[in-house]
Amino acid sequence: MRPRLREIDKPLAGAALALALYGLAALYSAGQTDVPTFVATIWHKQLIWLAVGLVALILIFRVSPRLLEWATPYAYAVALLVLVVTLMVGSGGGTAAGTRSWITIGNLRLGQPSELAKLAVVLMLARWLAERREAPATLRELVPPCLIAGVPILLVILQPDLGSAIVFITVLFAMLFWAGTKPSLLLLLGSPAIGLILAFSTVAWGAWIILLFALLLWWRPYVWEGLTVMLANVFMGVIAVPFWRRLAPYQQNRLLAFLNPEVDPRATGWHVIQSKIAIGAGGLFGKGFTHGPQKRLAFLPAQHTDFIFPVVGEELGFLGVLVALALFAAFTLILLRVARRAADPFSSLCVFGIAGLLFTHIVENVGMTVNLLPITGIPLPFFSYGGSFMLTCALAVGIALRVARESRQSGYAES
Amino acid sequence: MTQSFHPYLLDRRWRVARNVVWAVLGVVMLAFFRTQILEHGKYQLQSETNRLRPIPLPAPRGIITDRNGKVLAENVPGYTVSLLPAGEDSLRAALARLAPVVKLDRAGVERVLVRFRRAPYLPVTVLPNAKFDVVAALEERRLVLPGLLIQPEPKRHYPDSGLIAHLVGYVGEVTETERGQRRWAAVRLGGLVGKDGLEREYDDSLRGADGVRFVEVSALGHVVREAGAASTLRPAPGKALRTTIDLDLQRYVAQIFPAGRRGALLALNPNTGETLALYSAPGFDPNAFVGGVDPDYWRRLSESESHPLMDRTIQASYPPGSTWKLAVAAIALKRGLVTFRSRMPIPCRGGLQYGNRFFRCWSPGGHGELTLTDAIAQSCDVYFYQLGLKVGLTSLLEEAGAWGFRARTGIDLPGEVLPKFPAGTDYYDRFYGPRRWTSAVTLNLAIGQGENAQTLVNMVRFYQMLASDGRARTPYLVHPLANSSMSLDLTPDQLAGLRQALINVVERGTARGARRYDSTLTIAGKTGTAQNPHGPAHGWFIGFAPADKPEIVVGAIVEFAREGPYVAPLVTRVIARYLGGDTTVASNLRLVLPTDTAPHPMQVLPGPPEQDTTVTDTTTMPPDTTRATPPPRNR
Repeated sequence: MRPRLREIDKPLAGAALALALYGLAALYSAGQTDVPTFVATIWHKQLIWLAVGLVALILIFRVSPRLLEWATPYAYAVALLVLVVTLMVGSGGGTAAGTRSWITIGNLRLGQPSELAKLAVVLMLARWLAERREAPATLRELVPPCLIAGVPILLVILQPDLGSAIVFITVLFAMLFWAGTKPSLLLLLGSPAIGLILAFSTVAWGAWIILLFALLLWWRPYVWEGLTVMLANVFMGVIAVPFWRRLAPYQQNRLLAFLNPEVDPRATGWHVIQSKIAIGAGGLFGKGFTHGPQKRLAFLPAQHTDFIFPVVGEELGFLGVLVALALFAAFTLILLRVARRAADPFSSLCVFGIAGLLFTHIVENVGMTVNLLPITGIPLPFFSYGGSFMLTCALAVGIALRVARESRQSGYAES
Repeated sequence: MTQSFHPYLLDRRWRVARNVVWAVLGVVMLAFFRTQILEHGKYQLQSETNRLRPIPLPAPRGIITDRNGKVLAENVPGYTVSLLPAGEDSLRAALARLAPVVKLDRAGVERVLVRFRRAPYLPVTVLPNAKFDVVAALEERRLVLPGLLIQPEPKRHYPDSGLIAHLVGYVGEVTETERGQRRWAAVRLGGLVGKDGLEREYDDSLRGADGVRFVEVSALGHVVREAGAASTLRPAPGKALRTTIDLDLQRYVAQIFPAGRRGALLALNPNTGETLALYSAPGFDPNAFVGGVDPDYWRRLSESESHPLMDRTIQASYPPGSTWKLAVAAIALKRGLVTFRSRMPIPCRGGLQYGNRFFRCWSPGGHGELTLTDAIAQSCDVYFYQLGLKVGLTSLLEEAGAWGFRARTGIDLPGEVLPKFPAGTDYYDRFYGPRRWTSAVTLNLAIGQGENAQTLVNMVRFYQMLASDGRARTPYLVHPLANSSMSLDLTPDQLAGLRQALINVVERGTARGARRYDSTLTIAGKTGTAQNPHGPAHGWFIGFAPADKPEIVVGAIVEFAREGPYVAPLVTRVIARYLGGDTTVASNLRLVLPTDTAPHPMQVLPGPPEQDTTVTDTTTMPPDTTRATPPPRNR
């Protein structure tokens, strides 16, 4: 079965290709510093990864959703296994120095398995949710999907990689929503997280508990469910402060620096401050491709990975940012459309999960560069340098393209 | 197909998801809009201050010349080694690599760090005055020394170093205190300002305005490139300063000033107030202050018993001794109490009984009966005791105050001290208690002792009035100062008479040794001896010439000069040199100083305040407070 050109969803492929080229250009520019570093030639490597990704894309495109569905449990098991192995033998590296998120053999760094694990979790959730006839209606029914996502979350938190954990949680909620779970149930599920955040202010936490109690009276879930939710919220309120103390100092500082970057402009706040300066100085039209002084003079940290977007902001200005955001919007919306028109629930959930996964990455990464969101070290799809993530994106696009083709062939497509 | 994936329900959820995507991206877009469009200016500025470092371009100070254009202070090329640090840690690392090349010890490194913390965005000077071989060695290591800056910088140089030290002063780094003042508010941190002498007095015009250039630095502190020439502000050089000093005369003074003696000499043009020579001994080397004074040298200077930093022409006051008698005589003449032929009721028999005390004359044999002219020539104490009583204490204090003996002359040099002279009889009431003193103080005052201590410049200014038409010309070095309306108010005849009396001093009187040695030149002058409980008396001589139409007035004081009969020949040689006369004869001359046993050693009354009567107190007085703390060392 050789895919013919007309069988390919052209808008999706076009948007992905445009983003990949835009990202490659940004990565090339990121290497153009006044004092050249290894970043200068890193776009060569990214080109190789793009090629590898393309091969992976073509391979996964040839896998039918049925085969994928069948293979999902094995992929999930392998992903968990690799995460466990990573915890035991993993090492720091790249932008995740100081953690154990890399698989290394000898001096060869194979990659960050957590990126591929994200895709495995999407597939596993899609399979579990698609097998059921009805959407989960009670908290009890939500336990299996929560476990599917929860085990990898636990494993990446132990690395520790808070950013990826947040991505898993977002993906879980997005897919539960797409499967038809009632928003009120999602709120109850998410309430402990809200309780955790509000626990740092006794008044806010108290108000939240009262509000939650009122909501429970109104929605009338099972009594034991209501009790569980209330207990979970109280528990979160109690452990919040000890949990905060358990966080690594760099994690605490990142969260604190998000609230006020000027707290420590030289250390923790440095990333955000320099990133905002680069973006702000870009203005409407930017400093010109490869000419951003902040980047050239190495004021931008990690300008080839986590903070590649400020390079775009500084050199291409607000217009360049708008183009990038428009491409990301188009890409996400196309994925949503593919998910809506998918021929079966598994495919639909897969693509929606992929959309949620990539959109979370986009918003979190882009948002942190303007201090909209706290800094987490998660990469920007198609832009940030990184082999595993490039591979993950390629596979994701490949799955989506296959699903689009399936729906077209089944005649479900409207046009 | 499960129930919840009914196309209708799926469509509803799809619309929700789409709206969420739009909303989230909309918020992100607004955040970028705020950062890039609304706050663009703020971040643009931050980006530039991030990467552009101002490098000060020091302005060359104006040169200082003498009246003939000979250089007193100039600029020579020098090199400054500084570092543009990215932060304290990287500065430490750079200094560690730099230290062996520039020979910087641990304390030196700490000093550099202190300077860095004061102005972290300015280049921090490591070596203010680098030798060429050091510069060459550093250039070779430029690659491993990020942020290394080697700048050619004009350095101050005083070709005549010590002998003009008090005159020109010296320069040093501006202090925090100085920058707090309005005058130096514009000086950048680490900039040079005049610390003393003309350098300080005329600092505003000498200093010029520093320029600035910008270099682009990377986050690691590497100087990447020069920013555009448009942003460079060229330094405005300081204005040249032409003084009234005659450098040849100044050099001559330094050459003939008795070696190893402390003292001072001041030469003025009596008709204009121009300062021709200003010398104070011992001196110091103002070049040693360029680029930061060595702490050892500073300690030697500031702890030395002889206070080399003190300018003895304006910052030390001495009892004027017999040079004061001219003032008493002039007051008596002005009040019409005496004429030049007047005699006093009691002839000099070696002393005068007044009350229950015997006030001696310096000549134990006595001078007999004298006219005023002779009394000045002989410096007869007995005559002046009586003259003082005749004038009266109140009039004496009043007139002397009117002639500026209680005020600074206003010469354009910093740190002139106030002469000490009682403002009125209240003064005595305060120190001795009302009615606890008698008019015996008048006797002391009449012969230049007692509660009277004058600076050399003040006494020379008085003789300048005698030597000219009686009006005061404020001594100056650069610009004629607002002429004071001060005048002796004597008739030309009286002035001529006083001058004749002063000629007699040199011809026949107490300065016989300095008498005319050149038939064409007549020198008038007066000796003085300042009693001093700490050692031999200080010797004064103030003279002017040619006596009939004076062109120069020279005053000199040599501390502890009693055994060294130097003072009058010193002055006459300077005068001769200036007027083109023969100075060799003068070197053989000897001055007969009056062995003046003025009543000071036998106290008139118990407990006169010491600081008013002895020179020792003025020399132990700390020099100008602006120099009391060592300037921060640059290395």
